[in-house]
Amino acid sequence: MKVVVDMTKCQDHGQCVFAAPDVFRMDDGGHLAHISDPDDALRDEVEEAADVCPLQAIRIED
Amino acid sequence: MSARIVVAGAALGGLRAAEQLRATGWTGRITIVGDEPHMPYNRPPLSKEALVGKAPFESLTFTPKASAADVEWRLGTKAVAARLDERAVVLDDGSTLSYDGLVVATGMRPRRLRCPGPLAGRHTVRTLSDARGLRDELTRPGARVVVVGAGFIGCEVAATAVGLGVAEVTVVDPLPLPLLGPLGELLARALLKRHEERGVRFALGAGVTGFEGRHRVRGVALSDGTVLPADVVVESVGSLANTEWLDGNGLDLSDGVLTDEHLRVGGRPDVVAVGDVARFPNARYDGVPRRVEHWSIPADTAKHAAKVLVAHLAGAGAGAGAGTGLAPFAPLPTFWSDQHEFRLQSFGAPVLGLGDVRVLDGDPDGHPDGDVLVGYHAGGRLAGVVALGGRAAASAAARWRARLLKQPALTV
Repeated sequence: MKVVVDMTKCQDHGQCVFAAPDVFRMDDGGHLAHISDPDDALRDEVEEAADVCPLQAIRIED
Repeated sequence: MSARIVVAGAALGGLRAAEQLRATGWTGRITIVGDEPHMPYNRPPLSKEALVGKAPFESLTFTPKASAADVEWRLGTKAVAARLDERAVVLDDGSTLSYDGLVVATGMRPRRLRCPGPLAGRHTVRTLSDARGLRDELTRPGARVVVVGAGFIGCEVAATAVGLGVAEVTVVDPLPLPLLGPLGELLARALLKRHEERGVRFALGAGVTGFEGRHRVRGVALSDGTVLPADVVVESVGSLANTEWLDGNGLDLSDGVLTDEHLRVGGRPDVVAVGDVARFPNARYDGVPRRVEHWSIPADTAKHAAKVLVAHLAGAGAGAGAGTGLAPFAPLPTFWSDQHEFRLQSFGAPVLGLGDVRVLDGDPDGHPDGDVLVGYHAGGRLAGVVALGGRAAASAAARWRARLLKQPALTV
């Protein structure tokens, strides 16, 4: 699974971090970092992360 | 004909409900009815990025999941009545949709001021078309703007207008501070200062008695006798639930649609409510049913309600009292608000702890733009946290989220 975050949209809300902590994290400056090719077993949590993103900046590409 | 679930309301709650019905295994038909002509779109940017033109209106449309590709959309069509005993919803084009399951997702509409005076020049901010209309008028050179209501929408629009270069922006509210109700005095005072330093003016402790002007608004008359010159008025004075179409079914519609702890409506296992129209008890708190107008609620409610509804329809014949096998709905509320370069970030239920507000980090009387983290307590226990400041402040608030999640139910 390929996870794409549109960083021009992202505003560092961090809701994705709560939904999928194995894939998303906030760095020390409060900015988003993520794994772009997580294991397919994490699909449910990544979908949840995409749902709860206030800016709808997360896309899953199969 | 195969079984069908009708979703009344085509905004975020309706979309998420349809997606969650599919995720929960519903393979029957899904029909979504919505009065706006648009596919569901994201509303928070309408008072912020989209209003300044940074986010094109087209970019706000949600991308429905592939699983929801076969949903039938009846857009530009409104549910005007329901006969729940017959499992039927009547639309404004005269047609009737029969259903096996019904999702109430009709949301809210802005409350309007009932004052004498012209209507032209008066705006609300709820829909795409609202935001388009307001943007056109805000960007006219020399526009003087009066925002009525110092809640979240009002404060966001005022900040956005100043950011757009509008020289005269005044916020009117009968309360003595902006956002006093949801945040309490400590943060409300800090916010007032930050807004004023950035050029927003306030007329607080005053109500609106009328609008002046012949064909369009030229001024706003206040209860203290002053008249604020105005070319554009934004009314952000709360919202009303879209529930009239459910009248006549014996439901409690006194403030949204009352649900049980599983979001079921009127003791009917085949009707659930989602989004900000649902007035539900939160098992995390005191069990008092409340509507919650946070962005996270449509997704949270849709997930729970879809499971409840699909379980009922799959086990057809089980009565209204049948157990769902699910724990009662208990979302952790969260909201944010961006104003100027600041973000308010909340977790939990600050409104339940307004009587005992403590500074957890930062100094509200220190640097005027410093980060502040505030805790709201009930019965000595933490009910919610709100951060005001930059990204680091919001991250600090997030660290308290885990603690709020782990707490046993809070009874006040």
